[in-house]
Amino acid sequence: MTDEPDRDTELLLDLLQRMREIRLFEDTVKEWFSSGLVRGSTHLGQGQEAVSVGVTAALQHGDTTTCTYRGHATVLAQGAPLDKSFGEILGKAEGLCGGKGGSMHLTDFSVGALGSFAIVGAHLPISAGAAWAAQLLGTRAVSVSFFGDGAANIGTFHETLNMASVWSLPVVFIIENNLYGEYSPIAVTTANTVLIDRAPGYAMPGVRVDGNDLMAIREVAMTAVERARGGEGPTLIEAMTYRQSGHSRADPATYRPEGELDAWLARDPILLLEQRLAEGGVSETRLADVARAAAENVRSAADRALSWPEPDPTSRFDDMWVNA
Amino acid sequence: MTEGLQARFGKRVRDTPIAEQAIVGMAVGAAIQGLRPVAEIMFADFAGVCFDQIVNSAAKYRFTSGGQTSVPLTICMANGSGAGFGPQHSQMGENWFLNIPGLKIVTPGTVEDHYGLLRSSIRDDNPVLFFTHKNLFALKGRVPAEPSDEALIVLGQASVVTVGSAVTVVANQQMRHRAVEAAQLLTEEGIDIEVIDPRTLVPFDMDTVITSLSKTSRLLVVQEGPPDGGWGATLVSRVASQHFELLDAPPTLLASDNISVPFAASMELASIPDAARIATAVRQLVAY
Ligand SMILES: Cc1ncc(C[n+]2csc(CCOP(=O)(O)OP(=O)(O)O)c2C)c(N)n1
Ligand SMILES: [Mg+2]
Repeated sequence: MTDEPDRDTELLLDLLQRMREIRLFEDTVKEWFSSGLVRGSTHLGQGQEAVSVGVTAALQHGDTTTCTYRGHATVLAQGAPLDKSFGEILGKAEGLCGGKGGSMHLTDFSVGALGSFAIVGAHLPISAGAAWAAQLLGTRAVSVSFFGDGAANIGTFHETLNMASVWSLPVVFIIENNLYGEYSPIAVTTANTVLIDRAPGYAMPGVRVDGNDLMAIREVAMTAVERARGGEGPTLIEAMTYRQSGHSRADPATYRPEGELDAWLARDPILLLEQRLAEGGVSETRLADVARAAAENVRSAADRALSWPEPDPTSRFDDMWVNA
Repeated sequence: MTEGLQARFGKRVRDTPIAEQAIVGMAVGAAIQGLRPVAEIMFADFAGVCFDQIVNSAAKYRFTSGGQTSVPLTICMANGSGAGFGPQHSQMGENWFLNIPGLKIVTPGTVEDHYGLLRSSIRDDNPVLFFTHKNLFALKGRVPAEPSDEALIVLGQASVVTVGSAVTVVANQQMRHRAVEAAQLLTEEGIDIEVIDPRTLVPFDMDTVITSLSKTSRLLVVQEGPPDGGWGATLVSRVASQHFELLDAPPTLLASDNISVPFAASMELASIPDAARIATAVRQLVAY
């Protein structure tokens, strides 16, 4: 056993740190929400971090993502700064969107995070459109759209998968199947709960993967991204995962069967990756260093964001029009 | 509408499935990534199918992102009644979008305006809803043989169609032509009306209307489509509340009947303001 892990291990440690940061980010938001610091609603994704971190690890500079209101993980995984993301959720002037969007709309074009969308399914065609622009302009950029299992039942899902396939667009569709849409278990709302069964209907490959296994999801994403970049068209990926918090706000999620949460907690994606790394020879000290670095980054980012001023109310008129 | 475009522009012009949410959503996605798309969704009535993409995605993208992006997108649709298309293919779509800040709304009434405003709409960095009136398809006019910037028309500039001093009549698209017919009827009675075509509803050229009202002191707005919650009612209320002192008579809205657009010619034509009804409304204002 050596204390000088190879490059693959270094990358995995980076991704582990990112997952830990996202986890602590979400925990902090939850705390802030309970203490009244965050207005409106929040949709947290503890337990689903491996999907965003694994998929974005397969992307290059210039590639883009869109995601849902439960999208903090995706935007952070793309590289949005922790402090400005906190700032947006707190409604601060220095937030990613100047306080105009809030928790459900984290957006950072500078890292290719084209936005978080509050209307279920609305962003699937937007990613496909970004892919169409890439195809037409020959940029070789790939678009990725993250959405929930519930979104697989809305019209834009079907319209977009068909159009993306018939135009061979460089886009990858990622279903984060966390088994629930709001308070409804998937089987209550969805005739066939194997969502990749829809892929052949749109003449594209469909892959189901353990969404809590970072390495597995990264590999599946790499294949899909390569296929998209090579001009072969879209892929539908169904990442099986679980949201450890309730749907939103203070939802205690009492509708979940006894034992379900515990079973998934035992398969926590951070835990799984740490186990894998430890088995591969990474020392406990090294893992503890990663955890400490993540905690420090999140704490200092949170402190900065809390110290920022609220937006000047007159700034509400900005950004409505180009050249008003 | 789109004949010959594919031959001329190749892969920039694509046939789409009948999937209006995907058409508009993808156009939004392309617009934020460096293209300047024109989405054609045929009848304005179909805007209902992609309403979400228009009002929640296109109109709000710039604002929601705090100015990180803009959506230089033009959505074209065919508007209006009078051609026998029945209740689901005859609506005026513009008023559905009037209280969604972030959307420009363009309603040309002549061939020249159509050309000049369409080119300005495509150049505009904001999302633009561009309504062509299907009952004006047969109009003739002059457009430049080669693309010409001289023919561009700035969004937000009304045109004064007939000059007069008795009543200001504001009307667009099909109603603009009927107002001109009414002007001819009324000239014989010695009443000269000033017909103003706003051409774009957002932005709206209030200055031209106010300048005219300072001369006429009487306002008639003629709006195709049901009366409530539209640009006509908004104009009447704005003039009444902000320019009351200019007025010598109640500002008046003449709109289509408050019903769905019927199919049979007898019912459909009766439901839309025509020259005779416009002339009657003008006479009432003059006599007030
Ligand atoms: C068009 C639309 N309908 C309803 C809602 C309310 N809503 C918000 S989240 C949600 C559940 C979505 O479930 P899923 O797609 O599985 O994503 P998850 O929340 O589980 O991540 C619903 C119904 C919405 N935001 N948009
Ligand atoms: Mg779900």
